[in-house]
Amino acid sequence: MTDSDGDLLTRLRSGDERAFVGLVQRYHEPMLRLATSFVPSLAVAEEVVQDTWLALLRGLDAFEGRSSLKTWLFRILVNQARTTGTREHRTVPVADPEPAVDPARFDGSGGWADPPEHWIEAAEDRLEAGKFADRIRELMHELPARQREVVILRDVEEMTSEEVCSVLAISDGNQRVLLHRGRSRLRQLFEDEFRGVR
Amino acid sequence: MRITLLRRDLVCQQAVELVTGYLEGTLSRREHRRFEAHLAGCPNCTEYLAQMRETIRLAGRLKPEDLTPQQRDEFVDLYRRWRSEQE
Repeated sequence: MTDSDGDLLTRLRSGDERAFVGLVQRYHEPMLRLATSFVPSLAVAEEVVQDTWLALLRGLDAFEGRSSLKTWLFRILVNQARTTGTREHRTVPVADPEPAVDPARFDGSGGWADPPEHWIEAAEDRLEAGKFADRIRELMHELPARQREVVILRDVEEMTSEEVCSVLAISDGNQRVLLHRGRSRLRQLFEDEFRGVR
Repeated sequence: MRITLLRRDLVCQQAVELVTGYLEGTLSRREHRRFEAHLAGCPNCTEYLAQMRETIRLAGRLKPEDLTPQQRDEFVDLYRRWRSEQE
């Protein structure tokens, strides 16, 4: 699957059914995962994603390419999901303190009392063994919804911060706070995973 | 002499809050300098930063699962229905 999104889009516009399937293969599951954080059930998330694909087809002529296809697609998804979803006021409590690391792990002067345990090599080994992806997904699912949305878009989908702000309609400041909290939490989950706490 | 005047050292608990800003390149010059100065003397925070990078890397390794043949058929159908509406 080496075709770029742009190639697939061009082929789709000229009526190539396989180009559509190619895009679905690329983005269906990621969109489904993102959608589940907005709506109450997987079934509803599936509907939302289905609607997004239809919206893509219907909007093909109108798409001007001012954003990337991916950003456009995810923006449609989030709009559909928000319209459908039950989570209404998505105000981000940025002011709430949520430390990156449990304060109990530092001593009175702010130095590590319980320093980070080494787990990078163990994670790499498990990744090599090809058994880790599902577990990473599960751990990511433990993040609070808003943090998860940002982590998925930034670190799984590798969008820029500008793209993420545009897709989720949040400010750059909020995006950064959510990213920081989400990544910090995920790091802790990985540490716990390999520490055998879990 | 200068050192004692210039340095208000970061402690680890503060350093871990700067990691995302550091990786995003959004720290002020002064924060950036203090952060790196802290890392230079702190193996634990250096490890912490490496773990944050690894966390990002692991997330980036997730690739979409293949569509099932049934899903594939459903989307081909969706496409064909849409096409027929166009005509």
